[in-house]
Amino acid sequence: MTEESRGFLERERFRELFDRLVLRGYQTLAPVVRDGTIVYEEVSGPEDLPRGLRDLQTPGSYRLEAGESGRFFSWANGPQALKPLLFAPREILWETRRESDGALSFSSSSPSPRPLAVIGIRACDLSALALSDRHFGKGPFPDPGYALRRRDLFLVAVDCSHPADTCFCVSTGDGPEAQSGFDLALGELDSGFLVRSGSEKGRELLRELSLPPPESSMEEALKRQADQARSSQTRRLPSRNLRNALASRPDHPHWNNLAARCLSCGNCTSVCPTCFCFSEREEPALDGHSSLHLREWDSCFTAGHSYIHPGPLRGETRFRYRQWLTHKLDYWHDQYGRSGCVGCGRCLSWCPVGIDFTEDLPLLLGEPDGH
Amino acid sequence: MTMSGSARPEEGSKTPHPKPRIAVLKLASCDGCQLAFLGLGDKLLELSGQVEIVHFAEAGPLGPLTGLDITFIEGSLSTREDRDMVLSVRKESRFLVTIGACATSGGIQALRNLASGPLLSSLYPSPEVIDFLDQSTPVASLVPVDLELWGCPVTGDQILGSLRSLLFGALPPVQTDKVCLECKRRGIACVTVTKQIPCLGPVTLTGCGALCPSFDRGCYGCFGPAENPETSSLARSFSGLGLTPSEITRRYLFINSNAPAFLKEGRRWQGGDSHE
Repeated sequence: MTEESRGFLERERFRELFDRLVLRGYQTLAPVVRDGTIVYEEVSGPEDLPRGLRDLQTPGSYRLEAGESGRFFSWANGPQALKPLLFAPREILWETRRESDGALSFSSSSPSPRPLAVIGIRACDLSALALSDRHFGKGPFPDPGYALRRRDLFLVAVDCSHPADTCFCVSTGDGPEAQSGFDLALGELDSGFLVRSGSEKGRELLRELSLPPPESSMEEALKRQADQARSSQTRRLPSRNLRNALASRPDHPHWNNLAARCLSCGNCTSVCPTCFCFSEREEPALDGHSSLHLREWDSCFTAGHSYIHPGPLRGETRFRYRQWLTHKLDYWHDQYGRSGCVGCGRCLSWCPVGIDFTEDLPLLLGEPDGH
Repeated sequence: MTMSGSARPEEGSKTPHPKPRIAVLKLASCDGCQLAFLGLGDKLLELSGQVEIVHFAEAGPLGPLTGLDITFIEGSLSTREDRDMVLSVRKESRFLVTIGACATSGGIQALRNLASGPLLSSLYPSPEVIDFLDQSTPVASLVPVDLELWGCPVTGDQILGSLRSLLFGALPPVQTDKVCLECKRRGIACVTVTKQIPCLGPVTLTGCGALCPSFDRGCYGCFGPAENPETSSLARSFSGLGLTPSEITRRYLFINSNAPAFLKEGRRWQGGDSHE
């Protein structure tokens, strides 16, 4: 465990953080507004950030509006954070080539990513990162593309001060403050940022910034802010551990109510920071002598996901929804020792018909004929 | 599905084989899907080196429709002549591939299937010279089709991807994903969630690369129903977004009105019946 250093970065000096990252060779991504949402893109400095904006999120709706504060991070999250940066939505895994003697040769397609720094990552997404690290990055066969992109990642987290109406990270134990998995973490106040390190790399960068120590009043203000963020969350999961609670109710009639609304469109799984399913396909070249092997984001809401001869095991939407929620909240525990939900609320906001499973869970866990 | 017979040998043999013979035909259509071929540019030249394009009116060749390896058909069955041509070309083609909404579902002109009253006389001054079938129907309603490429129009990538597989003698994997998945892979903000724009993406097959949502428009359903399309739930959400029942009907009864899933949902909302 690295010793934590702390310092206070005045708002006027915020740019220095970006400059330091550039000097260290990082391509620096930070939140920007695009198409009415907050996404992570390459920035040149704090002026590109969604300063003063707030996000209004409800099930099936996401909207940005001007807030009262001049803060950089007075919003909760956008549709994506780290997932597409590490687990590419579409990537070439290898190329197969037919040589002149008819033999096939295979060449893997290793990305050579520039080291990436990402500013503004929230606690929920750090928890999700820890889960996808376990899934893609650990074990005897780490995913090469993921591992390469992950290796040099520099993460600047931000304690969440303005959870959205859809957030419930308190009940999953993942937020609102960044707990681990970052290089630096920022607590934002009107006057600037309380910066703390979470890794040796972070400590070094903090040293280079040579910041004054934070005043105790700042620490107290941040603590109050976090308490407020906590108490502002109204949604919750009934329990952090629903192991066997859903798998034991496969025939609960409420699954049918969910299926009647669900579009089986895969938006929830696509925005879920812990969903990792993919499909693979060949893209043969026209000359017939080579073929690209592609990997793409898939979803348990597609037919291909459960396809076994002679057809999909989960043909109907109710089986697909049940699979998603039961895996995410129930038998994920058997695989990863915790639930697959980090409380970010994205699957609520980005569901086109606004399904809010935090409302449905108590019904699924209750008696079929009521409560 | 006709998948019998071995692949035409292309490799590993010293004796030269004739190039695979390809035809591109049209029935009742706008020619837009043929343009997907022409829009291939350099790839079309590369293709013409590998296959013999026997018949392709839009590009020039008008050779006889016999002994064909792959026949692409654009357009819906709308006249007796269309029907005769399809029956004949089916016998002459190893693979028959429909390209586009018209050939695959009946197309926008299938809206006439739903019209009541004397349509011909209301449109043409001399309706007696027009000889057409009662309905505009997809090619598969008449003969077995080996592969259906949806789209209005189809894209060059769909053509190339399937053509390569067919030249190997195999049917390509069929795309069944919904437009939503493509929006998310491309990082396009959902137009329904951010702007409350009604969008057919959740029930529509992808293949266009989520073109309309990338320009801030809802999906029009050009590529027809995706696998497992939850048309009713989406229609109810359209109602919640302020569409009237007749507007919901028009969303579904449009480019692919004759596709069963869209036809059923469109009819359900006809006459103001919302079936809540």
